[in-house]
Amino acid sequence: MNTKLATILLLASATGLGACSKKAPEVLPPPPEDNSGSNAIQPGPQVQPTGTVVGTQDHFAAAVGSSTTIYFDTDRYNVDSQDAAALQAQAQYFARYPQITFTIQGHADERGTREYNIALGEKRATSAKNFLVSLGVNPARIAVVSYGKETPVALGSDEASWARNRRAASVIIN
Amino acid sequence: MKSVSLVALLLTAAWPAALFAQDLGAPVGDDGPVETTAPDASQVKEEEGISFTVTDESAWSDIGIAIPAFATDRERATPANEGGTGALGREIARVITANLRNNGLFKPVGPDSLPQPAFPQITAPAYGTWSGKGAEMLVHGYVRARDDGKLVVGCYLYDVALQDQLVREGWVVGPADWRRAAHKCSDLIFSRLTGESPFFDSRIAYIAETGPKDRRVKRLAVMDSDGANHRFLTLGSATALTPRYSPDYSKILYLSYVDGNPRIYVYDIGTGKQTLVTENRNPTIAPRWSPDGKAILYSMAVAGNTDIYRVPATGGQSVRLTNNPGIDVGGSFSPDGRKIVFESDRSGSQQCYVMDADGSNQKRISFAGGRCATPEWSPRGDQIAFTRIAGDFNVAVMSTSGGNLRVLTKGWQDEAPTWAPNGRIIQFFRTEKNTGRSGIWQVDLTGQNERRLPTPVDASDPAWGPIRP
Repeated sequence: MNTKLATILLLASATGLGACSKKAPEVLPPPPEDNSGSNAIQPGPQVQPTGTVVGTQDHFAAAVGSSTTIYFDTDRYNVDSQDAAALQAQAQYFARYPQITFTIQGHADERGTREYNIALGEKRATSAKNFLVSLGVNPARIAVVSYGKETPVALGSDEASWARNRRAASVIIN
Repeated sequence: MKSVSLVALLLTAAWPAALFAQDLGAPVGDDGPVETTAPDASQVKEEEGISFTVTDESAWSDIGIAIPAFATDRERATPANEGGTGALGREIARVITANLRNNGLFKPVGPDSLPQPAFPQITAPAYGTWSGKGAEMLVHGYVRARDDGKLVVGCYLYDVALQDQLVREGWVVGPADWRRAAHKCSDLIFSRLTGESPFFDSRIAYIAETGPKDRRVKRLAVMDSDGANHRFLTLGSATALTPRYSPDYSKILYLSYVDGNPRIYVYDIGTGKQTLVTENRNPTIAPRWSPDGKAILYSMAVAGNTDIYRVPATGGQSVRLTNNPGIDVGGSFSPDGRKIVFESDRSGSQQCYVMDADGSNQKRISFAGGRCATPEWSPRGDQIAFTRIAGDFNVAVMSTSGGNLRVLTKGWQDEAPTWAPNGRIIQFFRTEKNTGRSGIWQVDLTGQNERRLPTPVDASDPAWGPIRP
């Protein structure tokens, strides 16, 4: 696997596992693995993150909690009200730290064909980007990439896993 | 380890071109065409005496086609087999036997259960022996090592009851290409007995997969139609997907995340050189060749919306073929190059559409219920294979107007059909529930003969190339 992809996804999954969206599973997912070093902190309710460095995924996740990632219904790419709330939290963070650039990674669940799912992930990530831009984030700060169904975070072949994999995850670049 | 990853990340962003070399394996040489020759077994002086060694009498009872070891005029050393030309003759017969058996249409019996004919018998079979054992068809052949190191392989098909030679042909191959002679002979037999076009002497590009479900390593790989001569073409540091052999086997189109984004590259097999299919910052996916190899279809997402484009294979201006807010992706040319079948979710779900090669006259053809994805036009022109999504994913075929739908497979997730060069067999990949493990399978058009192809590791995205030149 692409080492860049691996690194980013490990970080993304560590934060994404704390997600508690309406489309996320009823059952609590396993605790996040400590992939981010000894000073990783748990996502908490605090608005002002402490102990992590601005410009890292940890800092972002500490600030917005589960809102780093939004989730989609099957075959859909629209931003609904719960996604909007998460993206508003992201937009506030990116307004506070205007030097930060980031990538929105679009994903699909495994119950789609490979090429279609890459196109669908692109649509989902672009939806999230457009929403952030509408909230005032400079589009030049946002990269978009789709991984289709190639990199799931939930490994089961069931509705709960698929719900967690239909996602757009914002990942800090710098 | 971590710092290495980060360095790789920076390099990836800054020097994508430099990484191509890192992800590529050694270039694959072009084997070139196989020379056809008149089979001439008469050059060699005849030997007296016949000695049969029957190793397994019981396997004789149900013979359709007997394929004893190919004889050799003279035992000689060859790089093709450490046992010499005699051992090579046995190996060639084994390859032919496996080909015909795996095809499902015949009941071949191979050299390990049959007596070994002597060289003079190749052109004068001992019919009495074979008819007495119930063989209907008899394959004979020989291997002769030339002084220049090349091999001459002759292939003969006899009707045992009629005591008649049905067809014969010979080929001159380099020692490294000995399997191609076995495939050519398989094709000769198959075509003569079925009236169908050949398909064994062909190659398959696919994606080799290893590792856990959330960190799969996906490498570009190629193999012969029977799984032999397997090679990994990329090293796996970047995810590779959806390869397609060019019609002349000189290039492979595929998707790579080598620069961090999904983009289509044209990989020149001889030189190992890779170029972007189009100079563009947008992601490009789903590459396809036109039947003559002169044009490439690709799908590109602009501002999130994916449409289908066509570009000359030599580069140049792209032409946009679809212009729709839905996802339009893929595409497969009719054999005459005049039409393209593609998938679109413009109706609300994935369905299959046909358009003219210039993008005009777009019409939906799939109305049979369920969804229609990854359509592939048969090389015979009469049918379209596709992934039918109706609960599970299955491989199905329909007419080019969408009628006569037939579901051929019953897996949980069977995806991405690709046609054999003769349009009689379809390969696809089957993914297991939960584990995410995948393998390449093939099924014939009856749906009856289904089997898994042997691959060294898990496999997906098979793309069957044409008959080799």
